[in-house]
Amino acid sequence: MNIYGIRAIYHFEMARTFRTLWESIAAPVLTTSLYFIVFGKAIGSRMGEIDSVSYGAFIIPGLVMLNLLNESISNASFGIYMPRWAGTIYELLSAPVSWIEVLIGYVGAAATKSVMLGILILGTARIFVPYEIAHPWWMVAFLLLTAVTFSLFGFIIGLWADNFQKLQVVPMLVVTPLTFLGGAFYSINMLPPLWQKITLFNPVVYLISGFRWSFYGIADVNVAMSIGMTFGFLTLCLIFVWWVFKTGYKIRN
Amino acid sequence: MPASKAIATENSAPIIWVQGINKTYASGFQALNNINLEIKRGEIFALLGPNGAGKTTLISIICGIVNSTSGIVIADGYDTVRDYRTVRATIGLVPQELHTDSFESVWATVKFSRGLFGKAPNAPYLEKVLRDLSLWDKRNVKIKELSGGMKRRVLIAKALAHEPTILFLDEPSAGVDVELRHDMWRMVRELRAKGTTIILTTHYIEEAEDMADRIGVINKGELIVVEDKNVLMRKLGKKRLTLTLRQSLASIPAALIGWNLTLADDGSTLIYTFDTQEEETGIAELLRTLSEHHIEFKDLRSTESSLEDIFVSLVHQPKGNAS
Ligand SMILES: Nc1ncnc2c1ncn2[C@@H]1O[C@H](COP(=O)(O)OP(=O)(O)O)[C@@H](O)[C@H]1O
Ligand SMILES: [Mg+2]
Repeated sequence: MNIYGIRAIYHFEMARTFRTLWESIAAPVLTTSLYFIVFGKAIGSRMGEIDSVSYGAFIIPGLVMLNLLNESISNASFGIYMPRWAGTIYELLSAPVSWIEVLIGYVGAAATKSVMLGILILGTARIFVPYEIAHPWWMVAFLLLTAVTFSLFGFIIGLWADNFQKLQVVPMLVVTPLTFLGGAFYSINMLPPLWQKITLFNPVVYLISGFRWSFYGIADVNVAMSIGMTFGFLTLCLIFVWWVFKTGYKIRN
Repeated sequence: MPASKAIATENSAPIIWVQGINKTYASGFQALNNINLEIKRGEIFALLGPNGAGKTTLISIICGIVNSTSGIVIADGYDTVRDYRTVRATIGLVPQELHTDSFESVWATVKFSRGLFGKAPNAPYLEKVLRDLSLWDKRNVKIKELSGGMKRRVLIAKALAHEPTILFLDEPSAGVDVELRHDMWRMVRELRAKGTTIILTTHYIEEAEDMADRIGVINKGELIVVEDKNVLMRKLGKKRLTLTLRQSLASIPAALIGWNLTLADDGSTLIYTFDTQEEETGIAELLRTLSEHHIEFKDLRSTESSLEDIFVSLVHQPKGNAS
């Protein structure tokens, strides 16, 4: 293991994060606060409880997931896309680091940043809505697993994209809709029967459901299923990255 | 991953051994065609070739930035692909383009390079590298605020951060001021004195002539010649005798056909090219013949061809004729 190499990449990425700390924190915290004011207070006061949880509290796990997914993907994709774009990737490619070490450095830093943000949003939510966490360890586990999985997914996007538009297109056109339709703001049981079935093809449903379960003990889908699906997606991403480094796809040709 | 056993470790073995390297880019363009090359331990090797010859591609393959289509490279006894970890830890690369992290400070970026290449932190060593490159005063400056020449220095510092024993310099003097060029060549000589092997590509042929122990000429993806610099100069070196005539000639007189002569400057200059290898230069006889035919000259001088002339003659020759 090239421990010094992993550390160098991780520090480099974290330094980049801290250089733009305010930009990266301010926007998500502000939008989340707006969600709580609009959905939690204004609209939420007219909504009934869902499974005996107030609407304001119900949307917290979904909002945290929404931010976690977006942040993980954008951090990691930007992290690896930048050196490709600026040409500084030559150094990474000529260094004695394996693909696993590169991943630990980049994905580790991206996940660290999004977990920090997730916690910050949970703290912000506390200002607006009182809530309890039924299974705190599971909550942390879901937070970490999701951050790592989607940072890995972001890393892949950063390898695939060959311009800034492509870098933005997946988070905007795929992830945001999937999150909104993944039960961030409603329980799947509120959908018509056909849509209840269709929505099960949306991987984000499993994340939000599992995460919400760790808070309130209520879930749209089986918790084991949630964990299984997340690990399944993680494995897929790992296989893809392994293949990229093995064949040199887009980076060594 | 345990590195496999070194294939050859004696000091006489080449430090880099390129065997049958081919590269066809995804576009279908063949950039390298069956390159075979040995770099000796501790030498300065200059790779010369016109733009697009494949110099950067070859360096990139050795350093692991580009995958070859076929062929292998052995560096210090290890396969550069299979034992990449062992190999890359010993290689430093200064790329042709000024690729730098704009927002990092000089100090942060050299520290990063050292760590990336698996070396424990060593601030005194990095300080020395920065001082040698006159970068110490700029250590806390963001790279984007530096001039092009300074950025080049940063790239050199990064390449040296992990104390490599093999250093690649890809067109290091392109767009660099005289002062930096001077500093750089002083540093290269110091590194060589410490046993570092240096491979450079350059357009400045005088530099290769000054610096290199051996020279390889590459053109259109093929290595045309690899030779000791002095041998190359002697082998391909031609001398030229330039005669300024009193009276211009319209064409070479019939009596002089058979001599290697050309007319220049509207017939007022006669140039005689001859091989330095020959026993007889033929100058005496030529001058006698000229006077017999009453061709008078007011001035004469002889010049030795530079590496540049040799280079031009090599790349314009049909391949296979050079050696
Ligand atoms: N990524 C690439 N895809 C296709 N062709 C390339 C690529 N990189 C370089 N080439 C081509 O390969 C040839 C050799 O390039 P290069 O090795 O950079 O030459 P040099 O360094 O000698 O100037 C050039 O004709 C160049 O256009
Ligand atoms: Mg080049």
